[in-house]
Amino acid sequence: MASALGWVLAVNPVPWARAQMAFTLAFHIVLVPLGVAWGFITLIANWRAIKKNDADALRLAQRWSKYMAVTFAVGAVSGTVLSFEFGLLWPRFMGRFGDAFGIPFAIEGLFFFLEAIFLAVYIYGWKRLKPWPHFWTGVPIVIAGIGGTVSVVAANAWMNEPAGFTLNSAGKVVDVDPWDVIFNKAMPLQSLHMLVAAYLVGGFLVASVYAFGMLRGRRDRYHRIGFLIPFTVAAIAMPIQMLVGDEMARWVFNNEPVKFAAIEMVPKTSTDVPETLFGHLDDKGQVVGGIAIPGLASILSDPAEGTSTQIQGLDSFPRDERPTNSQVDVVHLAWDVMVGLGTFLFLLSLWYFASWVFKRRMPKSKLFLWIAAAAGVLSVVTLEAGWVVTEVGRQPWIVRNYMKVEDAATANTGVWITFIAVLLVYVGLAVTVILVLRQMSRRWREGDAEAEVDDGGPYGPRPAPEEHAANADDDRELVP
Amino acid sequence: MSDVVALILMVGITAYALFGGADFGAGFWDLTAGGAERGRTPRSVITHSIGPVWEANHVWLIFCLVVLWTAFSEAFASIMLTLFVPLSIAALGIVFRGSAFAFRKEVTRTSSQRNFGAAFATSSVIVPFCMGAVAGAIASGRVPAGGKAGDPWSSWINPTSILGGVLAVTVCAYLAAVYMVWDARRLGDADMVEYFRRRAVVSAVVAGIVALAGIFVLHGDATYVFHGLTSRALPLVILSALCGIGSMVLLLRSGHRGARLLAMGAVATVVLGWGVAQYPYILPTSMKLSAAAAPDATLWSVVIVFVIAAFVILPSLGLLYYLDQRDLLAAPAVEPGLDGEREARA
Repeated sequence: MASALGWVLAVNPVPWARAQMAFTLAFHIVLVPLGVAWGFITLIANWRAIKKNDADALRLAQRWSKYMAVTFAVGAVSGTVLSFEFGLLWPRFMGRFGDAFGIPFAIEGLFFFLEAIFLAVYIYGWKRLKPWPHFWTGVPIVIAGIGGTVSVVAANAWMNEPAGFTLNSAGKVVDVDPWDVIFNKAMPLQSLHMLVAAYLVGGFLVASVYAFGMLRGRRDRYHRIGFLIPFTVAAIAMPIQMLVGDEMARWVFNNEPVKFAAIEMVPKTSTDVPETLFGHLDDKGQVVGGIAIPGLASILSDPAEGTSTQIQGLDSFPRDERPTNSQVDVVHLAWDVMVGLGTFLFLLSLWYFASWVFKRRMPKSKLFLWIAAAAGVLSVVTLEAGWVVTEVGRQPWIVRNYMKVEDAATANTGVWITFIAVLLVYVGLAVTVILVLRQMSRRWREGDAEAEVDDGGPYGPRPAPEEHAANADDDRELVP
Repeated sequence: MSDVVALILMVGITAYALFGGADFGAGFWDLTAGGAERGRTPRSVITHSIGPVWEANHVWLIFCLVVLWTAFSEAFASIMLTLFVPLSIAALGIVFRGSAFAFRKEVTRTSSQRNFGAAFATSSVIVPFCMGAVAGAIASGRVPAGGKAGDPWSSWINPTSILGGVLAVTVCAYLAAVYMVWDARRLGDADMVEYFRRRAVVSAVVAGIVALAGIFVLHGDATYVFHGLTSRALPLVILSALCGIGSMVLLLRSGHRGARLLAMGAVATVVLGWGVAQYPYILPTSMKLSAAAAPDATLWSVVIVFVIAAFVILPSLGLLYYLDQRDLLAAPAVEPGLDGEREARA
């Protein structure tokens, strides 16, 4: 059997392994903000519901937790695929560095456990737990989300800034300092950057749904609260992210000069380096096209030195130890997209706050709502772009300066088959998630309409959801 | 030190078998529950039974993977390199299982429920089969150490792997049926108690036969593990048989709480027996635990994480199971009743 299939399967696995890892991570990273931040957003609604006896907030919290059940399930299984892929696609990397790289994941495992347990208690506890104890079962979800993010990103940061291990002459890890592995130099800022990103993407994504609802004329209190809570979380996270991102960029300038050269697309070491917007490198490695802002890259890299700041160019690193020209193009474009969209979202947050300061209410114009509705997808694009910067910018290394991606990959030549299978399954999965969430939303909206008719028209008092629950069929009969 | 971490790994694998395994087994009964009408009631028991707990149970798999790749990274790499095919299938099966189950709960149209249900149930059989086949491949020494891949096909399509796969599927089904006897009882559904009790007895018999047949398979195909099972792991094997028979007797006498514990004991001792039988190898007979083990500081980190888990995660899991068994975790009540109305109108 092996020989019969041999010729079909004999395909270089490295590009396919890369593609599969990139694709599955790109998919999973969209679910991360929902897992990390949505719990927090839901608890705010839940808190408000109990404190102020707010039926709209309660309904939102309950529905959000139900949506979360779906997105968390998909996040859990797509995360499991990543665990498998570490070994399936990169066995030589894991075999050699698992001793060190694995440690942050052991801690992440704890948080994942906590999250899965308390998410289940929280989601299923609405009906029969008392309000406050139920609220508190949600708190570990938030803590676990934060802890999990920090641990996973610590592992990724370790690939950028490997530390805490000693290799013997055969290249085997012989001594490990777990503390230095976890708290490697890139870890604090990178973890914070991703954590804040998760909150702002989660906030913008959830808010965008309600912005759409308002644009479609559903400008009731329910939709307004559904917009205000997540959007406020995102709008608070946004300025923090501008500061963290700025600090992070300067950190990369000081510690990962190759990545920085790719980010700023700097072919030759020099001072007074312009900030080039867009553009690309030609065959000879020269910058073509784009808009150059004189001296800005140098100024931003070290404001104290200004235009005299020297930035190392790509040519100061051996060709086989830096990203290829086309990879540099990708990194630079992703950087422009991240910074551009990030700034745009920052301005949107300022608009929102300005309206609160000067008018004591959120902006009501259609333009604002349209932009807010788009902000969900835009923030996801920003997140993906940022991730591309850090991953592609590290090429050709999987563990910077220790192991190259091509030396880490599996020898299995059938990876192209699993890649295609994964691609098809995930595309189907993405479509299905969206359809299922929409169907849930439509069903509830129709339920709301019916409830209002039952209560004698849309202006009558709304029944509290608990009363719904009390009147309802027993869940045993309800479950399909 | 490596032995301590190996024990932690075995605890993880056993927990995954006992809890995650039962969730897969529930999928097996879902698959065999018949058409949409006939299978409606058993499927509702299944959904009710595993709904709140399957994700937490699933984390045991992540736990095992993480311990394996952190503490025994070379063995992890070898396993993943050789068993690329069954593990890729298992990973995709896990995606289908989890997401389809979550989707099925939330859709109302019968055709959608049927499609998601089919995906959930089929993958619930495929995944444990692949996991069992992987265990069989390791046990029969078909995963070589040292960065060389074993045969991509015969490493997991062989007598021991097929035994492992079939045993895993039947054991999962057995556990699930036993657990669901109690879940049905909690729901006060006498018909379903009887329904799952019958299935528990049948699957116990089948699992017993497979296990007996396994002795002959291992004798010819996995010599090292066979000798281990008939010497140092023999007490565990005997204990497993006693637990299995005991639980069946209790099930036949229409049930006692002890049947569930004994069933768990029967399965746990099989898993532990496998571990003891292949000791001191992690990959019989090419790599010993001590040779694959990470540096001490890494092993200590794993132990510390495990101790923290024992103090934080186990009580949390206990809380989850307690609330679940006390029926305090109901399906989330957002607009309940609506689904029923919709069905009625349709």
